[in-house]
Amino acid sequence: MSEQLARRRSSAEVGVEDPGQLIPVVRTTAVVRCNPLTKIAMALILMVGALLSIDVVSAGVVLLFCLLGLPATGLDLTAALKRLWFLPAGALMAAWGTAILAEKTGTVVIDVGPVLMTTGSLSAAAAIFVRALALAIPLIVLASTIDPRDLSDALIQHLRLPEVVVVSVLAAGRLLGLLVSEWQVLAMARRARGMAGGSLARRTRSLFSAVFVLLVVSIRRATTLAMAMEGRAFGRPGRTWRRRSTFAVRDVAAVVSALVVCVLAIVAAHVLGTWNPIIAG
Amino acid sequence: MGLPITARGYSWTHADRDEPAVGPLDLDIPAGQKVLLLGPSGAGKSTLLHALAGVLPEESGTPNGELLVGDTGPDPHRGETGLVLQDPESQVIFSRVGDDVAFGMENLGLPAETIDSQIRESLAALGLDLRLDHPTAALSGGQKQRLALAGIHAMSPQVIILDEPTANIDADSAGGIRDAVLSVQAANSATMVVVEHRVGLWLDHVDRVIVLGREGLVAEGSPQSVFSDPGLTAALIGCGIWVPTGPNAPAEARAQPTVEAAPGSGTDDEEGEVLLRAESLAVSRPRAKAPAAAGIDLTVRAGQAVGIVGPNGAGKSTTALTLAGLLPEFAGQVTAEPALRGKTGQVRPFAWPSALLAPRIGMVFQEPAHQFLTAEVAAELRLGPHLAGWSRAEVDDRVGQLLDVLGLNDLAGAHPQSLSGGEKRRLSVAAMLAPRPQVLIVDEPTFGQDALTWAGLVELFLDALGRGSAVVAVSHDRAFLDAIGARRVDLGAFSTPASAQAPAGGRGE
Repeated sequence: MSEQLARRRSSAEVGVEDPGQLIPVVRTTAVVRCNPLTKIAMALILMVGALLSIDVVSAGVVLLFCLLGLPATGLDLTAALKRLWFLPAGALMAAWGTAILAEKTGTVVIDVGPVLMTTGSLSAAAAIFVRALALAIPLIVLASTIDPRDLSDALIQHLRLPEVVVVSVLAAGRLLGLLVSEWQVLAMARRARGMAGGSLARRTRSLFSAVFVLLVVSIRRATTLAMAMEGRAFGRPGRTWRRRSTFAVRDVAAVVSALVVCVLAIVAAHVLGTWNPIIAG
Repeated sequence: MGLPITARGYSWTHADRDEPAVGPLDLDIPAGQKVLLLGPSGAGKSTLLHALAGVLPEESGTPNGELLVGDTGPDPHRGETGLVLQDPESQVIFSRVGDDVAFGMENLGLPAETIDSQIRESLAALGLDLRLDHPTAALSGGQKQRLALAGIHAMSPQVIILDEPTANIDADSAGGIRDAVLSVQAANSATMVVVEHRVGLWLDHVDRVIVLGREGLVAEGSPQSVFSDPGLTAALIGCGIWVPTGPNAPAEARAQPTVEAAPGSGTDDEEGEVLLRAESLAVSRPRAKAPAAAGIDLTVRAGQAVGIVGPNGAGKSTTALTLAGLLPEFAGQVTAEPALRGKTGQVRPFAWPSALLAPRIGMVFQEPAHQFLTAEVAAELRLGPHLAGWSRAEVDDRVGQLLDVLGLNDLAGAHPQSLSGGEKRRLSVAAMLAPRPQVLIVDEPTFGQDALTWAGLVELFLDALGRGSAVVAVSHDRAFLDAIGARRVDLGAFSTPASAQAPAGGRGE
């Protein structure tokens, strides 16, 4: 009976994303299969291209590449829009602030009472908007497509980070997901006990006691996990790795394309005369 | 082959205590023997198991005497011992099934090819038919426990140490887990030491029973000799051990007068005022797209007990939380009748503010630690009646009375989180009962309880029922549901998640 149920449940959950994932990956593409270190390198290179100068052209080239590349990341784009709508909204807010507050150069475009925008301030605003998105998208793709286990394999096997530390952090990270569901239970428990709502003082007090309970439960769980890990010979010297973390041609291609885009962004800004470096020099 | 276990005057003392947590003990467990370790809570069973597995943190206490596994002291790094603990949730190490099984083998430094073939073999041996990249977060409690066993199986341990491996598993799956354990044991003819409250589950499958008291060994011998010795029976019952035959606690409780409803009859005898009603109810966890259970019709009457039963994953806990007004209905409605809601216009408990809900519907959560909100046992009991607006004298009276019933008078000033598992469970039930809610909803109140706590809980519920409260209990424990005279509502008999529109109406009415 329970077996049958378990099977039904697991088949129903094929489409369910891993709770730790920001945006669910719906297709396994070459980008998804890349080594985690490659993905990190790619994101860093692209960010350099967008970060060095505050102008529409360099950031625009990076953003264009990111947008064109989005389908190749295998991410569920509808889910991305639903969960991260606040990112473009936030970028727009930043742009609005810039348009009003930036140095007023060029001709006046809008002048309504306190709101004064010039071509100069508007182009600065556009640069801020494009730049914010160009910085955010690689990070989101990074966070959503990297499997923590793959990352830890890569960190230990290639960067030679201490395995005991990396594996412990990895195992502890899994417990973080449990905190969310525990917090939901605690909120329900407060309501069931008559402690939800009421005066601000009472709410604060019950919030603190809930945080305390969460702490107690988490520490207890972490202690058990540590015991379970040690009980399976964790910490013994000479650990092996079932999965080899490898690099393939696609990793080279990914890094090279990111480099090309980065160079292209900088060159284009220089050629078009919009280069506006953040470090004057 | 298994390894023998020897203890000579072994004891272990917590850094901040004077009395040893376990021992001093003398033990001789020959290689390959299967041992069931019993004893009251606080006898140091878990401490002894952790010591055998070599995972007692060095800085937290001092050992005395000698404890040997094979020829040397216990050391988990040798990979000779496999340890399985009580809580399935905190034993999952990685987010993918394959990685999790491989963990121990990787630690032992086995080559990758060996590991890959062994993962499949161990998963198959434990009856887990799963892909290697299956997320561990999507496993049920029983599956997680099997996964932990698969990880042990893969390491081919010579000693298997199990700390209440089925305490959080429903009674129907517990037998399967036990058989899985026995197959792991048989694979290496390993020495096995298991601590478990469900004596009956293991009795026919172990070679020896060791009963640990607070002052060392109480009894040891073959299961037959320990449990058929009339001189020992009283001592065993005093330790809260479920004695499989003879005058044990469940039989006593069953003999007590209960409410008229015939146990397990599945009928509603229409006596008692209707307090709460669910009509074609579908329930789900927050933000879930499909219901966990659907088509539930149920009437809760004053003075009656309802037992919600069904297999793991049938949505029992979710149903309980929805009936308690803590989760919104997925479909259908939970209606509070005038007898329960009083002058309140709003009929859905979920729409009530917290202050209105608490004195009417009490909810006891599966994990008692989750619901403690104060720093003192007495304050915990005082909270409910105080919020319900009782006078100071009434509150003090009620708290004193509950402390007496619970036997917690000595601990009135203790922190709730510092209590033992059984005490926490009793306190969580009592704290909910304190303001005398008309409906009491409880989730697995008897999980992992010894016989004494069990009898105490039954008494609390019978008292509440006798005073006209209704009890809705999610439980796998048939003896408990019989003892409180609960009629059964089987969620497995309702429609399954796949078809929310499936035949409404079930055995509830």
